[in-house]
Amino acid sequence: MDVVTVGGGGAPARVSRFFRRHRKASLFATLGGPVAWMLLVYIGSLVVLVAAAFFKIDSNSKVTTDFTTANVKAAFTTGSFVDAIVRSVLIALAVTAVCFAIALPMAFYIAKVAKPRWRRSLIVAVLLPLWAGYLVKGYAWKSIFTPDAGKFAAHKGGGFLEATLGWTPGFGKLAIVITLAYLWLPYMVLPIYAGLERLPPSYLDAAGDLGARPFRTFRSVIMPILVPSIAAGSIFTFSLSLGDYITPRIISGGKEQMIGNLIDQLQQQNQALSAALTLWPIAIIIVYLLGMSRLHAFESV
Amino acid sequence: MRLSLLSRLGLRGVTVIGLVFLYVPLVVVVILAFNKADSTLWPPTGWTLDWWRQAWHTSAPKNAFVQSVEIASAATAIALVLGTLAAFAMSRFSFFGKSAISYLLVLPIALPGIVTAVALKNTFLRRIDLGFVSFKVGFGVHSIIIAHSTFCIVVTYNNVVARLRRSSPNLLEASADLGAHGLRTFWSVTFPLVRSALVAGGILAFALSFDEIVVTSFTAGPGDQTLPQWILNSFGRSKGVPVTNVMATVVMALSIPLAWLAQRLSDSTESIAGRR
Repeated sequence: MDVVTVGGGGAPARVSRFFRRHRKASLFATLGGPVAWMLLVYIGSLVVLVAAAFFKIDSNSKVTTDFTTANVKAAFTTGSFVDAIVRSVLIALAVTAVCFAIALPMAFYIAKVAKPRWRRSLIVAVLLPLWAGYLVKGYAWKSIFTPDAGKFAAHKGGGFLEATLGWTPGFGKLAIVITLAYLWLPYMVLPIYAGLERLPPSYLDAAGDLGARPFRTFRSVIMPILVPSIAAGSIFTFSLSLGDYITPRIISGGKEQMIGNLIDQLQQQNQALSAALTLWPIAIIIVYLLGMSRLHAFESV
Repeated sequence: MRLSLLSRLGLRGVTVIGLVFLYVPLVVVVILAFNKADSTLWPPTGWTLDWWRQAWHTSAPKNAFVQSVEIASAATAIALVLGTLAAFAMSRFSFFGKSAISYLLVLPIALPGIVTAVALKNTFLRRIDLGFVSFKVGFGVHSIIIAHSTFCIVVTYNNVVARLRRSSPNLLEASADLGAHGLRTFWSVTFPLVRSALVAGGILAFALSFDEIVVTSFTAGPGDQTLPQWILNSFGRSKGVPVTNVMATVVMALSIPLAWLAQRLSDSTESIAGRR
């Protein structure tokens, strides 16, 4: 092959030489498109959203320069809004706790106890339900939770839980927590599993040689190493639950209101107030992400 | 670590319960698709294929399925181009503001869907005046595609950037030393390296768009109906719910081979599945 291509070569060679010599041009050619898209479509829209919360909107639905804090004040002080946000945060925390309680032993069993040839199948089995539709799973749980309407009702009998266990949580907060925990459980198992995979077996042997019993090894060796993975998993379970409004709507039929339900309903009646209400989840998620990044959540995924 | 028999059995028990928890709703959906009664009560009263016949002869779910495939394909194509370009730039160059851009790409999936949905809706319904050009996006298939592309970019970006991080820069130098120019190196070295990451990222982006409901219902036009929108409407009705279970079963059956392929091809599961 002709190694001396400094002055020669066809058009492709000339193009690639140009980009090699002009690094700024090639950076612009590759990053320009994606960054322009994200800034124009996404950041632009977020700016419009915040503007819609703070500025009065005239009859042509144009944002004016008329600054007002009335909407934001209402969003952050009205009792029913504050109740909804407290309820949403508590539900999101409960979902995170449930996911953690199930995911930790599952991930530990798959990564460290199950036979190595079973590991791949088991972790795929955990991930596969993510591919079934979100709505389908929501409605499936609603049918499973259906309580017995009683002897004299048109429909006799209840859903799957009532028929098999004789117990159901009904359509309240507990049912919402169970459904959300079900939806996001794989997102918690995966990072914990990955964290355990990276844990060198020699650490566990060393702890054992030094006389530590399994529980002590777990508390003093495994848990500290897993903190970033758990933090990473909790970002998914917390953030996906906090803003969810479809699941509470499906399960409780609109009786249990989370912050997303209020934002959704106010879109039709009062767009400025609805925009102001979105500042709640935005602020909470930013605080949560900052907290989790202190636990090195972003370095583990 | 030596665990006692009791704690091994305990861990196995929780894992089995966890897997049962994950699969019971899916099995219930499939069984109810064959249930004789038009109800979700348990147990089923008998077996029938009527709901499958009905689903086959109704046009609305099929049209919705086609529209979802079209939207997901277009959004995946845009996300593949933009996500791959961003992945190459972020792994090749170091520059001022690089970490800000990596946060920028992740933001659409870190913020709740309703925030993204309301923000995009607020923007699409307004006339946007940039000084030299003024336009209104409006609502229709195009606005759903724009919205979906925005949160799909991060998926393709993540897959490709992970692959590029793992591949050695020596390969590119070796190619240049052998006299290949940049485009030749791209086709013979770089592209084969990232090909499977592109397929895996593309499948994940497609699945994300295909299943999306929150952003879709805020950015769709009045005449549009994606499959999730159809499912949301038809589950809300009191009659014909088993037809929806039929469609759900069909989509699950179609997505299993795709899921399997994506798991095989993506980097994260290679390391996760114990192939060290």
